[in-house]
Amino acid sequence: MSLRKLLPAACSAVVVALALPAFADSPAANPQPDFSSASEFPPDPFPSTYHPLPSTPTLIRHVTIYTGTGTEIDDGDVLMKDGKVAAVGKDFSPGAGVTVIDGTGKFVTPGIIDIHSHLGVYPSPGVDALSDGNEATMPNTAMVRSENSVWPQDPGFNTARAGGVTTLEILPGSANLFGGRSVVLKNVPSVTTEGMKFPDAPYGLKMACGENPKRVYGSHGQFPSTLMGDVAGYRQAWADAQAYDNEWKAWAKDKKGPPPGRDLKLETLAEVLNGRVRVQMHCYRANEMATMLDVAKEFHYHIAAFHHAVEAYKIPKLLAANGTCAAMWADWWGFKMEAWDGIRENIPMVDAGGACAMIHSDDENGIQRLNQETAKAWAAGNRVGLNISEAHAVMWMTLNPAKALGIDNLTGSLENGKDADLVLWTGNPFSVYSHAEKVFLDGALVYDRDDPKLQPRSDFELGKLGVMGGAL
Amino acid sequence: MKRNHLYMTLALAGFIAAPAFADTYAITGGTVYTLGTAGKIEHGTVIIKDGKITAVGADVAIPAGATRIDATGKMVTPGIIDPESVFGLNEVDAVYQTQDSAITSTHFTASFDPTEGINPRSMVIPVNRVEGVTRAVIAPGNNSSILQGRGSVISLDGVQGYVLKDPVALFVTLGEAGQKTAGGARAGALMTLREAFQDAKDYAANRAAYDKAARRSYTLSRPDLEALQPALKGEMPVVVQVDRASDIEAVLALATEFKLKLIVSGGAEGWMVADELAKAKVPVILNPTRDLPESFESLGAEFQDAVKLQKAGVLIAFEVGDTHKSWNVRQYGGIAVSNGLPWLEAVKAMTLNPARIYGLDKGVGTLEAGKDADLVVWSGDPLELTSFADQVFIRGKAIPMVDRQRELRDRYLPYVKPDAPAMPPAYSGN
Repeated sequence: MSLRKLLPAACSAVVVALALPAFADSPAANPQPDFSSASEFPPDPFPSTYHPLPSTPTLIRHVTIYTGTGTEIDDGDVLMKDGKVAAVGKDFSPGAGVTVIDGTGKFVTPGIIDIHSHLGVYPSPGVDALSDGNEATMPNTAMVRSENSVWPQDPGFNTARAGGVTTLEILPGSANLFGGRSVVLKNVPSVTTEGMKFPDAPYGLKMACGENPKRVYGSHGQFPSTLMGDVAGYRQAWADAQAYDNEWKAWAKDKKGPPPGRDLKLETLAEVLNGRVRVQMHCYRANEMATMLDVAKEFHYHIAAFHHAVEAYKIPKLLAANGTCAAMWADWWGFKMEAWDGIRENIPMVDAGGACAMIHSDDENGIQRLNQETAKAWAAGNRVGLNISEAHAVMWMTLNPAKALGIDNLTGSLENGKDADLVLWTGNPFSVYSHAEKVFLDGALVYDRDDPKLQPRSDFELGKLGVMGGAL
Repeated sequence: MKRNHLYMTLALAGFIAAPAFADTYAITGGTVYTLGTAGKIEHGTVIIKDGKITAVGADVAIPAGATRIDATGKMVTPGIIDPESVFGLNEVDAVYQTQDSAITSTHFTASFDPTEGINPRSMVIPVNRVEGVTRAVIAPGNNSSILQGRGSVISLDGVQGYVLKDPVALFVTLGEAGQKTAGGARAGALMTLREAFQDAKDYAANRAAYDKAARRSYTLSRPDLEALQPALKGEMPVVVQVDRASDIEAVLALATEFKLKLIVSGGAEGWMVADELAKAKVPVILNPTRDLPESFESLGAEFQDAVKLQKAGVLIAFEVGDTHKSWNVRQYGGIAVSNGLPWLEAVKAMTLNPARIYGLDKGVGTLEAGKDADLVVWSGDPLELTSFADQVFIRGKAIPMVDRQRELRDRYLPYVKPDAPAMPPAYSGN
């Protein structure tokens, strides 16, 4: 595959005019965060400094396109311009200065989005000094932020990008009932974490059900040591957050006098209650997910997604009724009691039951092949007659995680005006033999399998004698 | 690959209509990868009788009374052999009561053998068996020694006569894990190992004196000294867990010193010393998907490890490193192929090569007359993500294609559809 510049042929405005009509919106799985009124709390202390890398208008032609909205376009074209998807359709004429890529025999999907990653907070190498994912010192650490633990030099960001991952949510671990704020990153090499932060992506709050919190604290004779302890811990915290939020809201009315004292833990929870921070909840068992949906109702907040959700196939209709997604593995099971009922058809059965289903990795290796994990789940579902199309299953790794993250207005599908985050695959992405050949982030070519200069390496990877072929 | 109708047809047509325990089978019409001298046979026939393969070829007479299996459009390969597993020893990882693969002991180190504790009714076995895993090497663990113990070979076909060879190998951990166990230095681990072998040799020459307490003391117990004897005679391979290139070189030197039949397990940086491994005829058991510097001993991990080792002439076998999902070795093999390994070499790395590495290839690992009938009829390319095992045979038995996961699936499947049953799933009858 070679890039080539075409002579001026048609102005790009014509190309845009050829765009297909916007795809019908899929049913919104989640309410969007409420940004209608400004938060009463001080602004983000770690604002994004991300800027898209340099790009040229690029047209990929004669390629099979899975749009991420459930649609397949054979022999299609996709145009990226000014970092955005400018047009998706067929038979475009390249405009002046447009880089053209022949996609014959190849496939295009939106960039893969992993809603559950610990890259940077549990990086490679996995040494104690770099182990920063769990503030496992008290069961509620809603005040911590994973972005303050991320080591941007984790080589795993690069290998994930080589697997087509353009956006990922970095979560704190699951030791605590409230693990802290997550951060959504654009998967671009950066010296600072701020330089990767997805502009305008809402924060998430990592919460955890089940065995982990009660084991971590119960084993030290501390609260909680049971599931009922877990639930009491959530509820008391939400009750405290309601009171705290009311105090701030009362002050914000006229801002007379000094503001109330800040409690960073309650502030995060209050922002969940205000719909500005999205709950991402580690939860395996069906009955525990049902309990958490009740708690959410009690305190008027929304759970964006259950993560791991090994038993989600037992309750897809309950998830659908609550607008809560499930982020799952293709086939992980048996590693602990709450994962004992894992089955291969979890994702397709959740989808068939009407809920928003998606793949996730939770793993520095699995994140490199989420297309393959999606393919395994898809094939398992179709084996039992669920009859799901590949184009639909592509949503499990693109648009559905974008919805659960509250960024589906920006990325996750190939629709006009969205960020041009996409992957050109050497073949069908559901084949084990296919590779991500080119990865585009905001229209910029950030990875190319055929060009070593576009295969970024972390600082950590420099200087490895023998690896670099340095003869001694 | 493009559309799923094919899977549907195969799955719902009840592909295997044969009685589960018929003695004689004729698998016809498939593409047969014998992995033996006959190579690949298009439209081949495999005859199974009384647990053995009796004939393989394009033009083979079908015995009267044989149950015919139509494998037209499918692929037939030997069954998958997991080269390092804990089948029957490890039901739920985080439930310690169900763990029987490792001990904390300084008395039983080299001699520890978990085989007696195997539960052949483990639910982890059928979950992997229906995906084509037919045989497994059981590897022990010892939390307090670099000498982990001895392992065995088991068949995954049932509850009787499943232990096929015990012991089959001695397992040793070096590298970072060995460094820690030995007190904080890699050299200490090697000193411990060297002393153990020296003591075992001395013991073998002085058993009578030892029994009369007239010999110097050894750091190892009597069962451990005995357990090392087959390894020292070169009769039993020694599987050493190492990743770093320099650690591999150190263990190659140790193997030469004591004339050990070495197998390297891990081998993340094996490609850096591929020629040395090939020259010493030391095989490597590896996970071909490792490409991250997950530790300072695997800074050189890369997808090319398997490719470069194979090219250098090293016998390689693939492992997933997670017994619960041992079946994923097919995907791992596909990943190796996508990075340059020849397809047939990837298939061998999960079937024939584990058999060769452990010296089991006289009985299993290829589809040839006289071999144990461990084989799989695949819906398509076994390395492809969308292929499934249509039917698995182990020692000539057509394995029931059921497991706990499929029972759970079938129980809940009606409830994801619009007209869900009124009664709770527990009444589903399975």
